[in-house]
Amino acid sequence: MEIGLAHYLTVAAILFALGIFGIFLNRKNVIIILMSIELMLLAVNINLVAFSAHLGDLVGQIFAMFVLGIAAAEAAIGLAILVVYFRNRGTIAVEDLNVMKG
Amino acid sequence: MIIQALAFYLFAAVAVASGVMVVSARNPVHSVLFLILAFFNAAALFVLMGAEFLAMVLVIVYVGAVAVLFLFVVMMLDINFVALRQGFQQYLPVGALVGLVLVAELVLVFGAWAVAPGAEAVGTDPIPVAGEITNAHALGLVLYTKYAYLFQVAGLILLVAMIGAIVLTHRQRDGVKKQRIAAQLDRRREDSLEVVKVRSGEGI
Repeated sequence: MEIGLAHYLTVAAILFALGIFGIFLNRKNVIIILMSIELMLLAVNINLVAFSAHLGDLVGQIFAMFVLGIAAAEAAIGLAILVVYFRNRGTIAVEDLNVMKG
Repeated sequence: MIIQALAFYLFAAVAVASGVMVVSARNPVHSVLFLILAFFNAAALFVLMGAEFLAMVLVIVYVGAVAVLFLFVVMMLDINFVALRQGFQQYLPVGALVGLVLVAELVLVFGAWAVAPGAEAVGTDPIPVAGEITNAHALGLVLYTKYAYLFQVAGLILLVAMIGAIVLTHRQRDGVKKQRIAAQLDRRREDSLEVVKVRSGEGI
């Protein structure tokens, strides 16, 4: 009944796989794909904090904090690109994202 | 100890269930709301692991900023989400297969996980004994000394992201009336006022 490292790692693994599953499942919807990426980053953070707590080392938590900040920047830029793209094309379907005009 | 185990199973179960709903919800607004629920439960798991500061940061940054950003974008863009769900059933088997294989692999790896003897001694920044100083205090002591440079770089990346998002989404709109203060101050009496002597009966 003791909750150890393996329990947390299993939860993180399931969340990570759900993120990948979401990318497969919603291949046309960029918003859900971005949300799936956030879910995967959350799983990574759970892993980092679990190891940090297990090994008694604070550096894992510091690294998780950096991951958190970079994930926020990524979401902001991704959504901004999405808004601009929608303004230009009127759709966010992934299969229409193959035309680039330099 | 039993309470801790029960809390872990509760939070983990809700986190995984809301993760499932994020990827499978019919309405993207519901997806975002379930994402918020998943983040809350992950924060609770962080608290169980003794990382209180990170848990609060997760709630503030993710629930307060990122998820609300998603919510804004989902609600403000007029997207036909039904058309985007075409092929949902078609991708289901291969996605489920990949996900299950991945989970099986990861669980196999983690199940056989063993920490090398003496691994705890290698860590450079030991977590302080509970009650001595708080988690936030200990994190700050490490972050602002050893990782000060990386901290600045992270701030710079956030600044670049902010400027990039503003530059990308800002647009000049036509037909909007704006106050031009310079033009107002440049205005003189000769430019705008003309005194005309009009003789009676002639008009201009």
